[in-house]
Amino acid sequence: MSRKLTIEPVTRVEGHGKVTIQLDDHGKVAQARFHVVEFRGFERFVQGRPYWEIPVLVQRLCGICPVSHHLAGAKAMDIIAGVAPEKLTPTAEKIRRLMHYGQMLQSHALHFFHLASPDLLFGFDADPAIRNIIGVAKSHREIAVKGVLLRKFGQEIIKATAGKKIHGTGAIPGGVNKSLTPEERDFFLKSPAPFNIDTMIDWAQEAIQLFKKLHAENKDVLDNFAHFPSNHLSLVRKDGALDFYHGVLRAVDAEGRKILNDVDYQDYLKYIGEEVRNYSYMKFPYLKKLGKEKGWYRVGPIARLNTCDFIPSPRAQKEFEEYKAYTGGKPNNMTLHSHWARLIEALHAAEVIKELLNDKDITGDNLVKKGKKKHEGVGLIEAPRGTLFHHYRINDDDQVTMANLIVSTTNNNQAYNEAVRLVAEEYISEKPEITEGMLNRVEVAIRAYDPCLSCATHALGQMPLEVELYDSKGRLLDRKRK
Amino acid sequence: MPDKIKFTVDGKECQAEAGLTIYEAAKANGIYIPVLCHFEGLKPVGSCRICSVRVNGRWMAACTQPVTPGMVIENSSPEVEEYRKAIIEMLFVEGNHFCPACEKSGNCELQALAYRYQIMVPQFPYLFPKKEIEAFPKFLLEHNRCVQCQRCIRAIQTPDGKKVFAMKNRSGRVRINVDRKLAARLSDEQAQKAMDICPVGAILKKEVGFRVPIGKRKYDRQPIGSDIEEKK
Repeated sequence: MSRKLTIEPVTRVEGHGKVTIQLDDHGKVAQARFHVVEFRGFERFVQGRPYWEIPVLVQRLCGICPVSHHLAGAKAMDIIAGVAPEKLTPTAEKIRRLMHYGQMLQSHALHFFHLASPDLLFGFDADPAIRNIIGVAKSHREIAVKGVLLRKFGQEIIKATAGKKIHGTGAIPGGVNKSLTPEERDFFLKSPAPFNIDTMIDWAQEAIQLFKKLHAENKDVLDNFAHFPSNHLSLVRKDGALDFYHGVLRAVDAEGRKILNDVDYQDYLKYIGEEVRNYSYMKFPYLKKLGKEKGWYRVGPIARLNTCDFIPSPRAQKEFEEYKAYTGGKPNNMTLHSHWARLIEALHAAEVIKELLNDKDITGDNLVKKGKKKHEGVGLIEAPRGTLFHHYRINDDDQVTMANLIVSTTNNNQAYNEAVRLVAEEYISEKPEITEGMLNRVEVAIRAYDPCLSCATHALGQMPLEVELYDSKGRLLDRKRK
Repeated sequence: MPDKIKFTVDGKECQAEAGLTIYEAAKANGIYIPVLCHFEGLKPVGSCRICSVRVNGRWMAACTQPVTPGMVIENSSPEVEEYRKAIIEMLFVEGNHFCPACEKSGNCELQALAYRYQIMVPQFPYLFPKKEIEAFPKFLLEHNRCVQCQRCIRAIQTPDGKKVFAMKNRSGRVRINVDRKLAARLSDEQAQKAMDICPVGAILKKEVGFRVPIGKRKYDRQPIGSDIEEKK
């Protein structure tokens, strides 16, 4: 008897998605898919809005990393306002970087400590009642507190640069509307421990040690779980360094060969195509050079550390060298190593925050520039979850006429499907009984990429996990909720 | 010095010079009566009715009604406050007011009144009217947010005294209309004045949105009306 398993919604991810696994008469996985079942439509309703409203409007796509949309929108609007991203005033660029690296720190801390650590600390088969952040807080209090405070620190950086922790207004076309006061700067540099940047750098490093300890204990699982080859795409700085805010577009294949060699992202349409499939509201982007079948790629921490040549901060660079050595310098294609990569990035973000806070430009007052207006602009940024594309056109009346957004989670769409299929085949195929732990493995694979489904479909909501079993005629046989 | 007029507001004995409106007389006594269509320096029209008070038991618009001796004015009774709240809520539901992305947020009088009256959800159903944005050389007119206060009609004129803004249609279809030729002659300063005098985000001077950071906007620090009440 064939069966269809549905995991809906997928939990401990941002947004609303489901997984369906179709089993054939022998209990073998015939098809496994990740569906994004929410729809938002931002690309349509920003049409007609004045262009300077875009950075504030589009960030409402998400409450987890609104800064990414805020800054990607602002970078596109810089072009429209006639100011190339490299031509911003030093204060404007550094304030935006500070905001963005603050967000990287908070988002990565949120993902590792709140969302992923329960699986890693308690195991995939642990009781769901304890396999959550409250469980972590009860049994690993110190880890949970550090996670909460790392996130808070990043949020406070965002508040100081954007005016609010969530949905601020800091970036405007051609610059920013505020810089830091010396008091705001000193709050982050000189507050008594633990709430200062030096402690945060130490804690970010400790989180990497924690991952490495867990890795040493569970090498087989962390290395082989949803391990599959793919292409990788991200922004890199012009000299090949890891850069979350600005740079050129680079893609490498599973062996590290360059597919896109540091191209200007204003021309992204030359290189990236998008395919629509009938089972998901999320589109499937691909590298045009390789075509729809072979051109899919991964983005996010694992991709960024595969594309960049080095990390421009000392402690993160040292960790990066160890990370690269593990795969002999080749791209890392192990899904669960994205946690390792993410934590190295969090350390880098903390180091960059310190560097920016100590820069005299951060308290400067030259905030905005204006140039010759253009009618089209593309803004790209490395959001916590990966490369984020914003593309707009405006008319002569300054109103937006076209918007195209390719968000990080969308870029990873095929990777989710690939990971789900691999895990389903390995852990669910031909098993006499389907357990909660097996289904959680599917979620673990998705969770590793830290998807943000609200962003990807341009509803926010949480529902209990529901699993439904269907027979081959589509009749519901069983339903379990947790 | 003419004798001062004596009157009471919510039982408090007040005095004011003759010739003032109830709104002005209350303000002189450190009492805030909310206004939306009224703006100091412009001739009051009493169109929004948010300043409604009860005088000797009868409803009156405080921005147009002159204060007279012996008036017993109700300004903060539950009945008066509920009446005003309903007007504010009606203004919200009959337009499309999405504060999160509005550049007037923090400087918007309608939003500030909603905060003062602690409006969480309007008691009336949203109408979601279909309205448009009109573009002019120096500014955009966002009809979704217009509350038809007529401040722009009264305040903005060309150097030779011609009005740039006017009312069009009647009743539910009423809207602000702009003379395109005259609007093209407005200076940057006049466009800025039009934006500043608009109590909501209906008139948007081009390319200046979000220049004031959160924390420094007009109502970030103190609620609307508190400047008058501080002078008690």
